[in-house]
Amino acid sequence: MSLTPLVTSRDHQLGVADALVTLVEYGDYECPHCARAHPVVKEMQRRFGEHLRVVFRNFPLAQVHPFALHAAEAAECVAVHGGEDAFWRMHDALFEHQQDSPTSLADERLAAYAEAVGVDGALVVRDLANQAHLDRVREDFRGGVRSGVNGTPSFFVNGERYDGDWTDAEHFASVLGRAAKERGRSMTGMR
Amino acid sequence: MLLLSSPVPNVGASAPDFELRMTPQRSLRLSSLRGRPVVLVFYPADWSPVCGDQLTLLNEVLPEFEQLGTVLLGVSVDGAWCHGAYAGERRIRFPLLADFEPKGEVARAYGVFRAEDGTSERALFVIDAAGEVRWRHVAPVNENPGADGILTALEQIVARIPLMPAETDRHVREAIV
Repeated sequence: MSLTPLVTSRDHQLGVADALVTLVEYGDYECPHCARAHPVVKEMQRRFGEHLRVVFRNFPLAQVHPFALHAAEAAECVAVHGGEDAFWRMHDALFEHQQDSPTSLADERLAAYAEAVGVDGALVVRDLANQAHLDRVREDFRGGVRSGVNGTPSFFVNGERYDGDWTDAEHFASVLGRAAKERGRSMTGMR
Repeated sequence: MLLLSSPVPNVGASAPDFELRMTPQRSLRLSSLRGRPVVLVFYPADWSPVCGDQLTLLNEVLPEFEQLGTVLLGVSVDGAWCHGAYAGERRIRFPLLADFEPKGEVARAYGVFRAEDGTSERALFVIDAAGEVRWRHVAPVNENPGADGILTALEQIVARIPLMPAETDRHVREAIV
C-alpha cells in the first residue's frame, strides 16, 4: 500500500522536504502502542539527523479510545495558535503523559499541556467545544484509510506502508537506512 | 442440513441469500436489504486480537459507508449473546450476525468456512443494490485488510447508482424489524 495523500506543507513535519527518508506515522494519542513507538521515532531522529523527516497524521480510534479525538483536536489547536514548534512539544507531552493516570488525556489535562507549551488553555477548551479542528483530524483519518492504514501506529517509509517490526530500534534503523540508500542511489541516477 | 462448502461466489454472481440472528430476538435477511449496497465482513471470532482491530477500524469508518448508502454487516460463528457482549464492550455500531446454528452455514455458502478451525476466513464481499457480488477479498487470517479496498469497490458501484444517505437508516430499520 502506498501513501495516498502525499506529504505537503499542510502536514506536521520535522525535517526538510528533501531528506533521504520521510517517515509518516498515523497515530492515536491514546493508543498504548503509539506511546511505545514514540521514543523509537525519537531515537530514529537522533540517529538519522537531517537525513530523516518525520510526519505525524492523526488516526484516532475514537470508539475504543474515548480521549483520542479530543487529544488530536487539542494538538491541532496548539499548532494553529502556537505554531509548529508548539505542536511538536504538545505531541511529545501527550504521548509522554498518556499512561500517567486514567484521566491523563481528559480535557483539563489537554488544556494544561497546551499551557505548558505556551498556548492559552482557554483556547483549547473553546476550540474543543466548537470542534474547530475536527475537520482537520477527520481529513487525516480519511486519508489514512485510503492509504491502507488498518490500525495504529501505521508507518510509511518513503511513501510505502511498512508492516514490519518497529519495536526494535536496531531493526527499524536498518529499515530506514536501506530506504535512505535506495533513495540516495535513485537521486544519484537522476543527475 | 447439508454442510458442504460451496465455491466462493464470483464477481457478477448473485450473493447467496441467508437469514441470521442479529440479536437473540431479531433476525436479518440479506435479500431484505435489496436496493442498498451491502458489505459482508466475515471474520474468525469475536474477541480475537486481529478481528478487534479490523472491526474497530470499520466501526470508525462507518460514517463513510453511510455516506455511500451502504449497509455494513459483520458475520462470525459466534452466537448472538456473544456478539451482544462484544459489540457492547467495543462500541460496535453495525450489526454482527451469528452464523451459529448450523454453525458456519453461511460461511460455507460463501466458500469461506475453515473446517480445520471451525471458523470462517477473514473475507470481504461487496454486494450491489441488485444483490450481485461486485468485489470480494479473502485476506490471510492474521492480516487486517483495512477498509480501502471496500471503499474503492463501493465508489465504483455508487458512481453508477447514486444513493441518498438519509434513506439508509430507514431502509435498514425496515429490514431489521
